[in-house]
Amino acid sequence: MKNAVELQEVHKSFGTTKIIQGVSLDIRDGERHAIIGPNGAGKSTLFNLISGRYEVSAGRILLHGADITNLRPYAINRQGLSRSFQVTNIFHHMTVFENIRCGVLWSAGHRYSFWHRVGGLKDVQRRAEEVMERIGLARRRNVPAGTLTYAEQRALEIGVTIAGGASVILLDEPTSGMSRTETAHVVELVRSITQGKTLVMVEHDMGVVFGLADRISVLVYGEVLATGTPEEIRANPAVQEAYLGVLHKEAAHADGSHA
Amino acid sequence: MKYAPLNLGRWILWSATALLFLAAPQIFKGGFALTMLTQMGTLIIFALSYNMLLGQGGMLSFGHAVYSGLGAYVTVHVLNLIGKGTFYFPVPLLPLVGGVAGLIFGVLFGYVTTRRAGTTFALISLGVGEMVFACVLMFPGFFGGEAGVSTNRVVGKPFLGLTFGPAIQVYYLVALWCFLGMAAMFALTQTPLGRMANAVRDNPERAEFVGYNTQHVRFLQLVLSSFFAGVSGALSCINFEIVSAENVSAIRSGGVLLATFIGGVPFFFGPVLGAIVFIFFVVALSGFTKAWLLYLGVFFVLMVVYAPGGMASLILMQLPVLRAGRLRELAVPYALAALAALVALAGLIGLVEMVYRLSEQGASTVLTVLGMSFDAQSSPPWFVFAAVLAAGLALLRVTTRRVGERWGAIQADLLAKAAA
Repeated sequence: MKNAVELQEVHKSFGTTKIIQGVSLDIRDGERHAIIGPNGAGKSTLFNLISGRYEVSAGRILLHGADITNLRPYAINRQGLSRSFQVTNIFHHMTVFENIRCGVLWSAGHRYSFWHRVGGLKDVQRRAEEVMERIGLARRRNVPAGTLTYAEQRALEIGVTIAGGASVILLDEPTSGMSRTETAHVVELVRSITQGKTLVMVEHDMGVVFGLADRISVLVYGEVLATGTPEEIRANPAVQEAYLGVLHKEAAHADGSHA
Repeated sequence: MKYAPLNLGRWILWSATALLFLAAPQIFKGGFALTMLTQMGTLIIFALSYNMLLGQGGMLSFGHAVYSGLGAYVTVHVLNLIGKGTFYFPVPLLPLVGGVAGLIFGVLFGYVTTRRAGTTFALISLGVGEMVFACVLMFPGFFGGEAGVSTNRVVGKPFLGLTFGPAIQVYYLVALWCFLGMAAMFALTQTPLGRMANAVRDNPERAEFVGYNTQHVRFLQLVLSSFFAGVSGALSCINFEIVSAENVSAIRSGGVLLATFIGGVPFFFGPVLGAIVFIFFVVALSGFTKAWLLYLGVFFVLMVVYAPGGMASLILMQLPVLRAGRLRELAVPYALAALAALVALAGLIGLVEMVYRLSEQGASTVLTVLGMSFDAQSSPPWFVFAAVLAAGLALLRVTTRRVGERWGAIQADLLAKAAA
């Protein structure tokens, strides 16, 4: 099977602090791949390296076999990789529709055009409507993004990410801060939008991870501890010891502190 | 179909604008009014082009006069060459020459300035402005040194019977270009580039992750903006028949920033209002008092502090209230507040004018207000005006609080109605 994304011995340090220490990872074409790990394991950093937000200190990153190491984010995006952010990162002053449209414009080939009226671009219009329908925000079309509810903003975040029709989608904690019902909605949403695409996601909610992912990689202290199917990961004693056990304690602690 | 009323409104607005351009010299008669109108038209283009950077692209430039000024310099030389008969080029199309010149310098300098956004952009634009100003003085052969380059706009064959000798013909030339420029710049806000400029202004990081090179977006936006700046520079060259170092100076750059901000950066038509008010200060008020720049400064500071959205925001704020038919409730509070403001203003003006009289050597220190004469060297007028100012400010406090209460109540009602 071909790899959608390939990381080869990727390192990242900030000053003398080594955050990612030699990660090699194959994300197969068409799979849903979850990256889990305790806080501070470097999951978000890994996303930032793949999507071009940070430069790698060493190693190579390939997208569909092409080297994208240290390319700028827009260049990587144009090659078909799109990401969402853990902290909602949308255009707050624009309406829902305009937000989605920003995500559509480049991929629709309109680039820096200043000779087309944006309202007259039927293809963009259609695609934006379609995306809004999918993320369930069609009725909120003309609402400024800044005034949406948190869950709606999270949905919009995903909408902007998928609007360009990228084949590889990176979602950074799509369910963070959501209630159980909202989480269930997001899981369904993620499942439907990644139909026929490659998904890489960072997620803390193990229910979501084990329900959605075809394969899981466990990241601990900037290294991949294990990669495998949910069953393999669940059965892996090293993971049990290093992470899942800890997580149960963490979860119990978190529940306790919320109550 | 849903948007038909909006577009209808747009048509009405633009037609009204065109009519206003046509009728303005008939409404405001006289040579002085015509001078002002012509300058307003020129500054409207300049301010709108500036707002393509500040308002639409989030780029605070301290050197925008570089593009209008250099456009004007190129225009003045082309005009002189036409005058010498070196070649023929119709005078009414000269703004295109200025525009293209502005655009070329936009490509040149913009390549450097737009590499960064935010504070760095502002600082580089300031540096480029100073650099160009220095160059203008260093190469008197082309730029004419301190005195500048003068010209004569009545050259070549009359274009469709127009010589552009009479001021009224210049006004209509400016008005036409101003209208075209407004329409073109508005159209640009409706294009993919225009929208992405907004996106880059609001959230440059996200823009990069949807495929846009923010540096490229800023660059293109600046290049287009410098075209319109050049057009305005060419119009000022035709109008004044002289271009000097002042045209590229930091004073000009600061002026357009002031005008744009006063008018309202967040709104497309804001700079139009700002340009009109600014010219009023610069041309009309400067005829009455030497302190006009101080008044402009005070006005600017007040706007920045109390109405950061400019005059346009103050006007647009009233629309929902007007639509709900409740503006009448505000009429009395508004009138009282305006009255209080006038009292405070009278006190301020009195003090400022006395200071100016004293500071100016050889000027008479005797002032006359409402038929009463008094000497700025004596102390009673100082006390009187200080008292008037204090009373005005106190009244302003009370009356604006009333406006605020009434306003808050209406807003709460409107919100409740919207929620229901």
